[in-house]
Amino acid sequence: MKYMLLMQASERIEHPPIHTWEPADVKAHLEFMRTFSDKLIADGEFVDAQGLAGPDEAKVVRSTAGAPAVTDGPFPESKEFLAGFWVIDVDSLDRAIEVAAAASAAPGPNGVRLNLPIEVRQVMAAPSTDA
Amino acid sequence: MTTVEDLLRDLAPQVLGALLRRYDDFAAAEDAVQDALVAAAEQWPADGLPDYPRGWLIQVASRRMLDHLRSEQARRRREDAVANQEPPPEVPDQDDTLVLLFLCCHPALKPAAAIALTLRAVGGLTTTEIANAFLIPEATMAQRISRAKLKVKDSGVPFGLPTPDERAGRLAAVLHVLYLIFNEGYASSTGPDLQRGDLAAEAIRLARAVHALLPDDGEVAGLLALMLLTDARRPARTGPNGELVPLTEQDRDRWDHAAIDEGVDLITATLPRGPLGPYQVQAAINAVHDEAKTADDTDWPQLLALYGVLRGMSENPMVALNHAVAFAMVHGPAAGLDLLTTLAADRRIAGHHRLHAVRAHLLEMAGEHAAAVEEYRAAAGRTTSLPEQHYLTIRAAQVAARCAGAQPIMRDGG
Repeated sequence: MKYMLLMQASERIEHPPIHTWEPADVKAHLEFMRTFSDKLIADGEFVDAQGLAGPDEAKVVRSTAGAPAVTDGPFPESKEFLAGFWVIDVDSLDRAIEVAAAASAAPGPNGVRLNLPIEVRQVMAAPSTDA
Repeated sequence: MTTVEDLLRDLAPQVLGALLRRYDDFAAAEDAVQDALVAAAEQWPADGLPDYPRGWLIQVASRRMLDHLRSEQARRRREDAVANQEPPPEVPDQDDTLVLLFLCCHPALKPAAAIALTLRAVGGLTTTEIANAFLIPEATMAQRISRAKLKVKDSGVPFGLPTPDERAGRLAAVLHVLYLIFNEGYASSTGPDLQRGDLAAEAIRLARAVHALLPDDGEVAGLLALMLLTDARRPARTGPNGELVPLTEQDRDRWDHAAIDEGVDLITATLPRGPLGPYQVQAAINAVHDEAKTADDTDWPQLLALYGVLRGMSENPMVALNHAVAFAMVHGPAAGLDLLTTLAADRRIAGHHRLHAVRAHLLEMAGEHAAAVEEYRAAAGRTTSLPEQHYLTIRAAQVAARCAGAQPIMRDGG
């Protein structure tokens, strides 16, 4: 079964944005993420992983009768935004939760765990047999 | 698939078996065989088949194996006689396919690992092909396979058939892995597409090989018949835009009637021999479906009896759910809905999308359209299959439109 793990970040949570961290803390965080993906590959569970550029760069696009409407995003009322995601192929939901918990423990400023919320969503597949 | 590819994949397990009789290193031997297969796939179409294809492969694979052992030796700075060993005998006098299947489907391996290893070591597929079939990166699949090989190595299982008291359990594990490979191809659990026929065809090929080696085993024959009878409906299972077509609405002229004949003959010859097992009963169920000229001609009383037998063999609540469908087709939707109420108390199936979908169908049959719409929507919201979600959503909309004249359309989305 494939699952997408969505790493949510929030502007109101305890720690400041990553670009304000000490260089050593940023390095430790990136090293954690790299090792994390390497381990998923070694475990035969990795499908994809991507980090997303910050919300300041985001656009929201909507088709209209004329030219599409483009606004700066994410949605203005939202305080949370998607920071990145993994797609993993695992045997069970329990295993997906275990992986998500490990990702949530990524280090932040002063090496303190960020404990970011990780949303776990099953990727749609094909149906089972029909008779 | 070309003839060379067919030949190579038939020979793959025999070559690996020959190597394993000589060298006690599963992981290295399997790599050596893959190298030999790749070399043959490049050279044979250009240069023509060698006189003894199997001997050619064994020789090339043995050379790789010796290279590997020599470098290992150098690495360990140890001198011994390994490098002077002769290649193994060119023509083994027995087919090692079964021994390899027992090894690759070892209970110590998780299903995903056993499937990948079986496809490579017994099926002769490359890591790239297997990764593509499962829609995951090649590096991930390579790791999955190499871990599985290490696990087999560490398990210390000797290269040979299991002991008589282990045999039934180990054969059941082999059949389960073949069934999962088939289902992966037929139902395609890892992608948006309904069907990836190559995996289903590969599972059938492997099941045929096992059936040829164990012609008297009823469950092996049952599994092969089940695969043939299910796969026969594949051409009609999807519409022009890849949408799901349920069994009752399939164009039966598009079914593979040669496969149906073969499957029916096989299960008909197998059933009276006994002992009966779940694969045989499932094959018989699919034979009844496949032999009906139209959906209305389906022999539901016989299906009800067969699901009754299957229920006695399986604790799986999905079997009970299918039994309830057959019960409704024989005794009417109200009787089926009563059974579903009982079933819904089972925590393994309560809230499952298939329970909602079946309830929706039975409510629709009973003319309770508004309630059916709610159940179709509930099922659509819970399924993890995209084509199924589309089908259920459209069905909900169709039934809602039909009863729109009588009742206001629910706007809350159910």
